[in-house]
Amino acid sequence: MTSAASTGSPVDGILATTTIVLSLVLAVWSLVAAVRHRPPDRPQFVGLAVLECALLALAVVALVGLGGGARPGEPGAFFGYLVTLVCLPPLAWVLARMEPTRWGSAIVCVVCLVIPVVVVRLQQTWAVAGG
Amino acid sequence: MADTDAPTRRPATNSGPGRLLIAVYLLFAIAATSRAGLQIATRFAEAPVAYLLSALAALVYIVAAVGLARAGHAGRRVALACCSVELAGVLGVGVLSEVDPALFPDETVWSGFGVGYGYVPLVLPVLGLLWLWRTRHDPR
Repeated sequence: MTSAASTGSPVDGILATTTIVLSLVLAVWSLVAAVRHRPPDRPQFVGLAVLECALLALAVVALVGLGGGARPGEPGAFFGYLVTLVCLPPLAWVLARMEPTRWGSAIVCVVCLVIPVVVVRLQQTWAVAGG
Repeated sequence: MADTDAPTRRPATNSGPGRLLIAVYLLFAIAATSRAGLQIATRFAEAPVAYLLSALAALVYIVAAVGLARAGHAGRRVALACCSVELAGVLGVGVLSEVDPALFPDETVWSGFGVGYGYVPLVLPVLGLLWLWRTRHDPR
């Protein structure tokens, strides 16, 4: 994955990797909570908040890259994924607040498994050649 | 609907595992809507059937999520219809895309039984129907 960074993609690097790792850690944490019949706990909500900050930072970096003249391979899909991405942690937050049971933790887990996929798709839509 | 002190009542479709189901439906609604929107806006002429199908899938996911979230009698019927359409869609498109790939020159959410989405589109309507069955109110 890191070899693609040579193309100068603003969404491929330590920040993107951080969001993926953070998201997966949170997914495991919430999965354990769901298996143990625990409702979403404080670490899950804090984790979602931290994750959202990291994703917003990623979005800012991407927009700065765009401002600097860089262009994604598939602009439409890229922006679609970018907007979706920053909306996912708030979605998990709201649904987890509505469901203070083990299923709330399960929701956090599912969303946190989707986020890395979206990050990778974001990188792919940047990297793809042509339009 | 306060049913906290009625242990024999089955859960509503919009609580517990149902809420998780709604969350997944919402994710798919977002994925299918953005995909269909983008395809139709940028290259509709290339594969109109596939893109209209994406749009239909998107609509079904949205309505299913709303149906499950609304619970109640009408909501359940809406969700039931959506899950059935979904299952028929994912099976039908899955088979058709294997038999005659030319029919769907571009991927849809349902192509190859939803392989592009980890087969979740295939599992989701089944889970939806199971959940509707679990939460059914026994008639009489």
